[in-house]
Amino acid sequence: MSRQWIGQLNRWAPYALTPLVVVAALPAIGPGPWVTLTVAGLTMGVMLFMVASGLTLIFGLMDVLNFAHAAFVAVGAYIAVTVLQPLAGWTNELSMTLNLAALLVALVAAAAASGALGFVFERVVIRQVYGAPLRQILITIGALTVIEQLVIAIWGPQALPLPKPVMLRGSVFIGSSSIETYRLFALCVGLAVALAMHLFLTRTRLGLVVRAGVEDREMIQALGYHIRRVFIGVFMAGTALAGMGGMMWAQYQAVVGSQIGDSMTILVFIILIIGGLGSVGGCFIGAILVGLTSNYVGFLAPKLALGSNILLMALILLWQPRGLFPITEHH
Amino acid sequence: MAAQINETLETAAGGELAGAALGTTVSASPTTRRSGSWLSWIVSDDPPGRALLNVTLLVLLAVLLFAPFLFPGTKALGVASRICIFVILVASYDLMLGFTGIVSFAHTMFFGIGAYGVAIMLAKGWVGWSAVLLGAVAGAVVSMLIAAVIGLLSLRLRTIFFSMITLAVASFAQIVAEQWRNLTGGEDGLTFSVPAILKPGFRLFPDPVMGVMINGRVITYYITFGVSLVLFLIMLRIVNSPFGLVLRAIRENEFRVEAMGYRVVAYRTWVCIISAVMASLAGGLMALVLGYNGPDATLSFSLMIDILLMIVIGGMGTLYGAIVGSIIVVLAEYYLQNALNAMSGATSGMPLMSALLHPDRWLLWLGILFVLIVTFLPQGVVGRLRGRR
Repeated sequence: MSRQWIGQLNRWAPYALTPLVVVAALPAIGPGPWVTLTVAGLTMGVMLFMVASGLTLIFGLMDVLNFAHAAFVAVGAYIAVTVLQPLAGWTNELSMTLNLAALLVALVAAAAASGALGFVFERVVIRQVYGAPLRQILITIGALTVIEQLVIAIWGPQALPLPKPVMLRGSVFIGSSSIETYRLFALCVGLAVALAMHLFLTRTRLGLVVRAGVEDREMIQALGYHIRRVFIGVFMAGTALAGMGGMMWAQYQAVVGSQIGDSMTILVFIILIIGGLGSVGGCFIGAILVGLTSNYVGFLAPKLALGSNILLMALILLWQPRGLFPITEHH
Repeated sequence: MAAQINETLETAAGGELAGAALGTTVSASPTTRRSGSWLSWIVSDDPPGRALLNVTLLVLLAVLLFAPFLFPGTKALGVASRICIFVILVASYDLMLGFTGIVSFAHTMFFGIGAYGVAIMLAKGWVGWSAVLLGAVAGAVVSMLIAAVIGLLSLRLRTIFFSMITLAVASFAQIVAEQWRNLTGGEDGLTFSVPAILKPGFRLFPDPVMGVMINGRVITYYITFGVSLVLFLIMLRIVNSPFGLVLRAIRENEFRVEAMGYRVVAYRTWVCIISAVMASLAGGLMALVLGYNGPDATLSFSLMIDILLMIVIGGMGTLYGAIVGSIIVVLAEYYLQNALNAMSGATSGMPLMSALLHPDRWLLWLGILFVLIVTFLPQGVVGRLRGRR
């Protein structure tokens, strides 16, 4: 009886972890700031999810860990600057419709540019290192350096301002806690992306193939699917998502520097490790957890803020060495 | 057992690094060949290889040995010291990457720990050589413990998992160094005074020798050079020992090695520890040379990129590649900028071209070189010159 209990507990505990953190933070922080921080954490979480989900799918499907993923984040962010500068008329207008339209254009442009770059990247770089983990790590690290330097060569080394559209600048109040309007917008976009991804993976034929490919690549090939072709699509989608994540993040910070990708790389890896490499669901929960922890710890113990996620990762790995939602191992 | 290991190496020609591997493996069985000459003993019966490579390396060694006389001036001496230190740093990284097939991103962390060991001792009021030695030993011990813990916890897992974990741990170390102001001086780092005979004002002889004043800087350089040379030869001995042979076999086929009864995790952990200690000693030298240590000097991720550039350009799994790679990259770091500056000026009419050739973009060109080498020359310069394939 008790063993069954423990089994049940181990199965449900990964799901319960995030709500537990949220509830436990309430008495420690106090209700006013708690609402603000929770929304901020969720927003950060969904933005991180956009970046991390692509990487985890790419890894799950083809065993390729792309260390250059962060470069696509930077590309998306800088494309957003280029697109939004001529649209300043729209973003400075006191009209929610025009503001959102401008952001939508920037989002689509960021996704298209990084997706296109992703296509080239897969053809030129990734293609030659399938199944060779060592060379994969090296070549993607090298490519990361090259793309980062190219970005600096094109857009310059200095950080560029990216002011938020006027209607998204202020805050709304819920009770005594203020919530930045842009965060609500980002939260909606992030949740929409997550939902779309979920629907794609569970409701479409192609999504089924992708999920099956993550579980067992050889079987999918044996069934006659051209896995390489599926993978190019997934790779492009993953890099496009990274570009969108970069755009949303840069707009949130209102400034773009060439370091934008670097600061995200480590967070994204932590999310992948926490969630279980290759698992999209785990990636979502990991991203939310990382977003919430950074915000809570940043409030409670600012000195620990930077390291808190790494400590979180260490704790989770001690408990579940293969992450919260490990997928079946394949070689 | 050794014969079986050799067989593992030889049958592994299909492995991804076989190109880099075969150059060294065939001749490297320590039980089969023991020629008598002392020179051969010094290089652990593993000389660089073909005549061209031998001559090149000898010339480079001679240039480094006489660097203070060939290139007088503070900047040139700084460059030469940096090369010596990076040779150790890169060679110790090669123990993991090239010989065992482990990708770690925490190598600069160990470098930094060694540097902080010496820096903290000297900055907190201790003086003289005992403080330097104590700091270096303390740094090495801390590195050893951390490497053992990381190795035991995460080397059971896949290559990629280990590299991600080390990346996280390294960034944690950087955060600690920046936040723990009382001990590390935060982002400003620590400035300290080195032992008296290493100070620029110290004169060993009243008169110049061969036109060069033997001052503290020159002595510092020779200490760096000597320690680096000894550490390099020790590592050469390690990779040519039975232990090193097992490491190479693990790189080629870990399952087979495990099946033969070797404990792969133990070997991997040991190589991580050795590599960490070497990196940490190199860090101690760096602190002595700079008279300063801070997060950017020894802990930054861009240093890790430098190490990867050096090892890939020089040639993984050769150890001698560390020398060639360090020299190429360090020289590029210092002097490619001048060349780019000239070219950038010449192309000032074309804005994008001029931006690409901006002196600060030297990393771009090295990055492109890096990708090209991984693609077309995976055995690196030294691996290619050894040319047994």
